[in-house]
Amino acid sequence: MVETSINSFQAPGTVIIGAGHAGGSVAAFLRQNGYVGSITLIGEESLEPYQRPPLSKAWLKGEANEEGLRLRRAEFYIENRIQLYLNTRVDAIDRSARLVCMADGKTVNYDNLILATGARARTAPFEGTSLPVVLELRTATDAEKLKLALKQGARVVIVGGGYVGLEVAASARALGAEVVVVEREARPLARVACSQLSSFFLRYHSQRGVTFRLGRSVQSVQMLDGAARVCLDDGEQLPADLVLVGVGAVPNEELARHAGLPCDDGVLVDLTARTDDPNIYAIGDCTRRPLPLYNRKVRLESVPNALEQAKQAAASICNLPAPRPETPWFWSDQFDVKLQIAGLPMDVAEIVIRGDPNEDKFAVFHVSADRRIQAVEAVNAVPEFMMGRQLIGARTEIDVERLRNPSISMKEIAI
Amino acid sequence: MPQITFITADGTHRTVDARNGDSVMQTAIKNGIPGIDADCGGACACATCHVYVDESWKDRVNKVGDMEASMLDFAQVVLPNSRLSCQLQVVEALDGLVVAIPESQH
Repeated sequence: MVETSINSFQAPGTVIIGAGHAGGSVAAFLRQNGYVGSITLIGEESLEPYQRPPLSKAWLKGEANEEGLRLRRAEFYIENRIQLYLNTRVDAIDRSARLVCMADGKTVNYDNLILATGARARTAPFEGTSLPVVLELRTATDAEKLKLALKQGARVVIVGGGYVGLEVAASARALGAEVVVVEREARPLARVACSQLSSFFLRYHSQRGVTFRLGRSVQSVQMLDGAARVCLDDGEQLPADLVLVGVGAVPNEELARHAGLPCDDGVLVDLTARTDDPNIYAIGDCTRRPLPLYNRKVRLESVPNALEQAKQAAASICNLPAPRPETPWFWSDQFDVKLQIAGLPMDVAEIVIRGDPNEDKFAVFHVSADRRIQAVEAVNAVPEFMMGRQLIGARTEIDVERLRNPSISMKEIAI
Repeated sequence: MPQITFITADGTHRTVDARNGDSVMQTAIKNGIPGIDADCGGACACATCHVYVDESWKDRVNKVGDMEASMLDFAQVVLPNSRLSCQLQVVEALDGLVVAIPESQH
């Protein structure tokens, strides 16, 4: 294993940089497609490809173990001839030599290279982020630190009222911690959901003991006599045993950028997940991809997107027809609420609310001027999500009045 | 260790070892069985782990929950033996279980 060139005994095949959900899945899809070349999967973390979504939920609450997080059995990689290099950082890509250079000096050649480098937590813009009480949540290592600190009665300050922040808030309350969420915008989920959804989650969390400081930003975290204080812009100081920062993610596009591949808040790819270089693909959170349904390029941070692009790249490499385009979708579990979102709220002319938010069961539909559903945000509303997702993908014209009436089945709202 | 047989859309039978406590979906993913996508990783949020439980096993697996029933109502090509495999828990008594995978999960 300590060869200068790790693939010195075989022809160059496919090299995947990043062993997360996208990287691990594309390796598996290549083999499912009958790819016979060598596959090398290189990851910086110490764990084989695993699921990140449970980290803020089941993992924190002790309902999932490491074995449950792992995407494949350890033997899977051996049986499928996938060379797995963990704890390994890639330093550079040499496109003219089709060579990947690792931090320890080793190199590996490729016919096809797949960048699955993911995204990293955005650094918060305040003083004190390097203090040990200030944590972020992106990796299993982060989650383990957070889990150890989340105890009954612990005072938790969460910076950022996005999905990570709210999911951790719900898990922390379930564990008996005291939780304050500090959000810069006037409402939680401001960047990622409509105001109706924000109002719902604000009420739902508040009723379960989460306290909010909205329209406030953190200026610093300071240690005073061994205890941490979170100092807000209005002068308030919140005592904290633990500060979790969840203010979004930035794509890990530096490797691509340094190799001269076009990037724009994400590595730019086409519908086969190919970059500007025909031998280099990019998939998952690190990419900005076309979404023909909305006639735009977007960067999506989700498992379904990672899997869709993994299938696109695997099909292209194996010269198979491109898989059918999918409708983007997202989900979040907070307390006993199941939020499911399909589509993106773009080119919206009208918002239709179906059901009653006060009954904790409703859906918000974003409808275009030509009466197509562009997006649905469904709270404990499975039919609205499932049917909505299909109608979005098919661009079906709908009857807005029927949609508004929850006594009419979702199966009967298409025109 | 219970064994589960997956029949993929092209008719291939694959029998794999399952771990008690895992779901049938996790068993499929961990073994790289084609056709089970499991976008949501078992949160019962996506219906991309749809399977048909072999008739002889239909009454021996755990019952369909409300959430699962609601999801299945809108899945593609639903049959009386349709299940979401993320909701099927592996126990010793399921040794020999056979499930078939539909042609498409979307």
